[in-house]
Amino acid sequence: MNPANYLILSALLFTIGTVGVLVRRNAIVVFMSIELMLNAVNLTLVTFSRINGTLDGQIMAFFVMVVAAAEVVIGLAIILSIFRTRRSASVDDVNLLKY
Amino acid sequence: MNTVPWLTILLIVPAAAAVVVAALPRRHATLAKQLTLAVTLAVLVLAVIATFAYDPDKAGFQFGQSYDWISTFGISYSVGADGISLVLMLLAALLVPVVVLSSWDEVDGGGAGGGRVPAPTVAPDRGMPGGSVGDVGPVGDVEGIGPVGDVGGGAGGTTAVLAAPAPARPVTFPPVETRGEAETPGRRSVPAFFALLLALEAGMIGVFAATDVFLFYVFFEAMLIPMYFLIGSYGPVTEQAQRSYAAVKFLVYSLLGGLLMLAAVIGLYVVSADNLGHGTFDFATLRQMEITPGVQKLLFLGFFVAFAIKAPLFPFHTWLPDAGAQSPTGGAVLLVGVLDKVGTFGLIRYCIPLFPDGADYFAPMVLGLAVVGIFYGALLAIGQRDMKRLVAYTSLAHFGFIALGVFAFTSQAGTGAVLYMVNHGLSTGLLFLVVGFLVSRRGTRDVGAYGGLAKVTPVLAGVFLLAGLSSLALPGTNSFVSEFLVLVGTFTANKPLAIVATCGIVLAAIYVLYLYQRTMTGPIVHPDNKVLHDLSLREKLVVAPIVALIVALGVYPKPLLDIITPTVTATYADIGKSDPAPTHPAAAHPGAAHPGATQPVATQPGGHS
Amino acid sequence: MRVDPVLLAATEPGSQPIHYAAASGVFSLSWLVIVLPLAGAAVLLLGGRRTDRVGHIIGTLTAAASFVLGLVLFATLLGRDGDDRALSQHLYSWIPVNGFGVDVGLLVDQLSIVFVLLITGVGTLIHIYSIGYMAHDPNRRKFFAYMNLFLASMLLLVLGNNFLSLYAGWELVGLSSYLLIKFWEDRPAAATAANKAFYMNRVGDVGLALAIMFMFATVGSTSYADVFGAAAAGVIGYGTLTAIALLLLLGACGKSGQFPLQAWLPDAMEGPTPISALIHAATMVTAGVYLIVRDGPIFDGTQAARTVVVIIGAATILIGCVIGCAYDDIKKVLAYSTVSQIGYMFLAVGLGPAGYALGIMHLVAHGFFKAGLFLGAGSVIHGMDDDQDLRHYGGLWRYMPITWVTFGLGYLAIIGFPGLSGFFTKDRIIETAFDKGGTSGYLLGSIALLGAGITAFYMTRLFLMTFHGKPRWSSEGPAAKHPHESPVSMTGPMVVLAVGSVFAGGLFVLGHSLQDWLEPVAGTGVEGVHTFSPVVLTLLTLVVTAGGFAGAYLRYQLRPVESVARPDTEVSLVTFAARHDLFANTFNETVAMRPGQYLTRFLVWLDLVGIDGLVRGSAAAIGGLSGRMRRLQTGFVRSYALSMLGGAVLVVGALLLVRAG
Repeated sequence: MNPANYLILSALLFTIGTVGVLVRRNAIVVFMSIELMLNAVNLTLVTFSRINGTLDGQIMAFFVMVVAAAEVVIGLAIILSIFRTRRSASVDDVNLLKY
Repeated sequence: MNTVPWLTILLIVPAAAAVVVAALPRRHATLAKQLTLAVTLAVLVLAVIATFAYDPDKAGFQFGQSYDWISTFGISYSVGADGISLVLMLLAALLVPVVVLSSWDEVDGGGAGGGRVPAPTVAPDRGMPGGSVGDVGPVGDVEGIGPVGDVGGGAGGTTAVLAAPAPARPVTFPPVETRGEAETPGRRSVPAFFALLLALEAGMIGVFAATDVFLFYVFFEAMLIPMYFLIGSYGPVTEQAQRSYAAVKFLVYSLLGGLLMLAAVIGLYVVSADNLGHGTFDFATLRQMEITPGVQKLLFLGFFVAFAIKAPLFPFHTWLPDAGAQSPTGGAVLLVGVLDKVGTFGLIRYCIPLFPDGADYFAPMVLGLAVVGIFYGALLAIGQRDMKRLVAYTSLAHFGFIALGVFAFTSQAGTGAVLYMVNHGLSTGLLFLVVGFLVSRRGTRDVGAYGGLAKVTPVLAGVFLLAGLSSLALPGTNSFVSEFLVLVGTFTANKPLAIVATCGIVLAAIYVLYLYQRTMTGPIVHPDNKVLHDLSLREKLVVAPIVALIVALGVYPKPLLDIITPTVTATYADIGKSDPAPTHPAAAHPGAAHPGATQPVATQPGGHS
Repeated sequence: MRVDPVLLAATEPGSQPIHYAAASGVFSLSWLVIVLPLAGAAVLLLGGRRTDRVGHIIGTLTAAASFVLGLVLFATLLGRDGDDRALSQHLYSWIPVNGFGVDVGLLVDQLSIVFVLLITGVGTLIHIYSIGYMAHDPNRRKFFAYMNLFLASMLLLVLGNNFLSLYAGWELVGLSSYLLIKFWEDRPAAATAANKAFYMNRVGDVGLALAIMFMFATVGSTSYADVFGAAAAGVIGYGTLTAIALLLLLGACGKSGQFPLQAWLPDAMEGPTPISALIHAATMVTAGVYLIVRDGPIFDGTQAARTVVVIIGAATILIGCVIGCAYDDIKKVLAYSTVSQIGYMFLAVGLGPAGYALGIMHLVAHGFFKAGLFLGAGSVIHGMDDDQDLRHYGGLWRYMPITWVTFGLGYLAIIGFPGLSGFFTKDRIIETAFDKGGTSGYLLGSIALLGAGITAFYMTRLFLMTFHGKPRWSSEGPAAKHPHESPVSMTGPMVVLAVGSVFAGGLFVLGHSLQDWLEPVAGTGVEGVHTFSPVVLTLLTLVVTAGGFAGAYLRYQLRPVESVARPDTEVSLVTFAARHDLFANTFNETVAMRPGQYLTRFLVWLDLVGIDGLVRGSAAAIGGLSGRMRRLQTGFVRSYALSMLGGAVLVVGALLLVRAG
């Protein structure tokens, strides 16, 4: 099968994720969109690994997964604590970290 | 004897001592002082011995040493001395022990505002981690950087401090009160102060000794660090905001210049890589290199602005009065006496030999700035009420003379300019010391608070007058020789300019004697002045060597001139400048009458009208 | 262009330097003349209070020793051939920088030895006088130290064999003068006067310094031998020579209190009276005359500069005379009298070789009688409890007879009483001025003649108001005065100087002794045609002088003198102007001081607001900009994400563009 298709799919997924991050307000959804982007990148990496016949991409994908897992843990914890204090999961309600 | 690595020794001894002194616990203040004094005196002795080992008639650098440092970029640790750098190193080596002795009680004893409780937040015996100049870090954390950042509040602190109103007016920053309360003399670390002085000495010797342009740059910037902390942490106790302002202003100004110079240094490297195939920072090699005039002009400007800020020349000077006023006395002596000489030294050592075409092209501009500076500095000095600012402004006028001499392109003016650097270090150093003595007695720099002191403190008044007379270049004092050489050398090359500059000596008389009149003569108006004590034995010891040198070098400057002249002559000869011959030269001197006179560099035979 | 024949004979064409014999024998000790008083000063200044008790003794002894050595040198010179009396001694190399090789060296010749004797002789007398005069001053040691410093500087000035040594001496006498004027430094007036003197002298010094630079640029040397050799050989262009001469003249005017730099000298009377006698009458202020005579070869080559010299001399004669008539302060009158007498000397030396010797003669005679007059004035002031106002004196001859006689002899000498020194020297100057010929000769001669008349007037006024008439002081009441004769240490020197004033002129003039002595240096005047026969002129001068005397006698002896001067509003315009120094101070203040103050204030403002404002402004601009920029940091995660996306797109786009390109 043409590897380009995988790349197109990955681009689509990445775009969807990006749009999700930009337009959604619910922190959980934003978070899921980020995961989508990460996995789109993973797909790209694996595809290139396949195309080039090396294992580099696969290894990178594992790294990404590990980082993503760690990120999920921390991210969800932050979202949870924000939700507890503010009774809201909207990213627009938290802008304390400004100038 | 020339195999002894004099310069490296001169460099390492104070640097190592700085580390040791910095590592001393605070309670060993006296030990720190004694150790510093011993080391600086040793350095002075070594420097004097090195001077005797120096052979003025030999061309090129002496005591040279070179080791690869960052060989990828052709950077090496190279040091060497010529006539110009040698006398300046001597000056530095002389002034540091003087300053050490004069600052003996300034940090801890001082008297000013004594009796406050030391702030408990600072661990009294905080050890210093090793490292050369980096060892001042902890001091900065405690006192230098902290306040600076806090005053402005937040990220914009640095610029906010700079943008603050001039410290001459009352400055009201919200944190001043609390900070001012916390800032007590007891908080100030004595060993750190003397370690800073030693680090400064190492930096000063290094900057004069370096014969690798990159190494020079490194020392050029490294000197800033101790000076920054000396101003920021050891300035007047009660003027927290002003001294932070002055320290940051000094640093930012110097860094700006340094940055331009760094760009030019890198440019020089690139040019050398293009010309020679391999890039180098070696001064002697770069000097031989042909650079296209256009590039020379750019690189010249890069170096020149850095030096013009450092010296400082006319429009780049506004940091000097602030820094001069806010430094501790010893710091001001070294700042104006030696550090600023790096600027003028750089002009004659780097700007002219490396970029002769650039120097030629910009010479009219520099000469113009110099003459403007002579008058501008003098007039502003006349108008000052703050004595330390006044002295700082007089220096601006003197730097005008030095720049004039350097860019007149005659060997007399150049020699005069180099001698002027030494003499100015002595005379203005003495002036700062005496003003410091006054301020330490009365706690104010305002001229109006004094008056009639000659009656109560005759010795102090006498020394003050002598320093002033040297500053106004009276014959018999050292400065006369150098100032007259500068003027006469300029005169042979450019009459109108010399005539205008000579008129500046009237203003010099006014700022010196007007200051003396306001402080020392007249009736004693202020009751506090009636009980001032005259110079103590320690203070007499501080001024004695400078006073002696001022007179000695005025009567017999030949030893220094013999060292300086060959180097300066060679510098100008290298770029194809020769002294203008007299229009109607007198016939050859009858040998017996003038055994000391040497022949002119370029004599035109004949020349009769 | 007149060139001194003696110098011409001594120089080969093509600018050979003048050759001075090398000093040997006793002359190799001539440096001691300078070093002795210098050592005295050093000991007294460094010794501090420890030397308080012996200060005056050390000071006087070193001065006297210097005088004795000067006498020995003079005697030895007398024993040498007339044209072999210039001896040069090289001491050491001072400023050797390539072509600019300045040595410290001395030149003992006919001219300098005259000055050495005058300086050390009068100096020693005034040292002795000061022992008594300053007896009660707690800082007497310092006074003697400064006086010794002055002697050393002045001797360096006249003995140097090159222009830089001269310049060093020139500025150092300025320093000594400064130190001594402000000797009582707790008096603000004294401190101000000292500063004024130094500033105005510095203006003159600029001229001298520039002249030396000109010489170096032209001749390549600053030694007398080379410069005069070149000047006499006529190889220096007329323009350059004139410029050098005029610059030298500026220096001379500053030091000698000549127009337009005369304003400092009267103020300098704030100093102790011995100082006024020594520095501001007898020696230092005459340095300008020395300078012009010494630089005769230069002035000989430029008629233009000489014309300026005589104009300045003539103008100063009148200025000094006119103002001298108006002041009531005894020392200020004498000061303006000094100004005008030096004007005579300038007039004389401006007339060329014919006048050089006359100028020096008048200088030496003036040194005697003016020092004597000042010492007498000091004695009067001493006896009158430091009151200097003529209008508070009167009838003092009865109380201080020695002062009366010595002062009287000095007075008669200065107005040119027949047989006394002023008669011989001043008359000759008037005569030579007329002999110049032409309109200018008549003009200058008339001015000099008029000056003699006015001198007689104001000096008679001074003398009568002080010693004669009814006493205008009282020995009772709160302002009681008890005039008394001064101690021997003070009257002794006065007697010696009075004897000098009586005989000096005759000694010099009769048989042309001083003129002949100075001839190798100053040259001889070509005996021109006399405009008037000397006898007629002498009579004329006497008539004019008698007229001045009679005027003063009528006004101040036959009519009572008010003890309070009339207020400015009631006096004539001339008197008003004279009382205000012919507005010289007003002029200086309006033209130099006030604009200078405004300029200084403006520059201080400019520096703070303009230049430093620019610096602080740029810092503030950066600070302000960063203040704006940080507003971009909204805290909204999604706007960050958007800008990240934008950035990423930009980077990728740029990469693609570069690839494509």
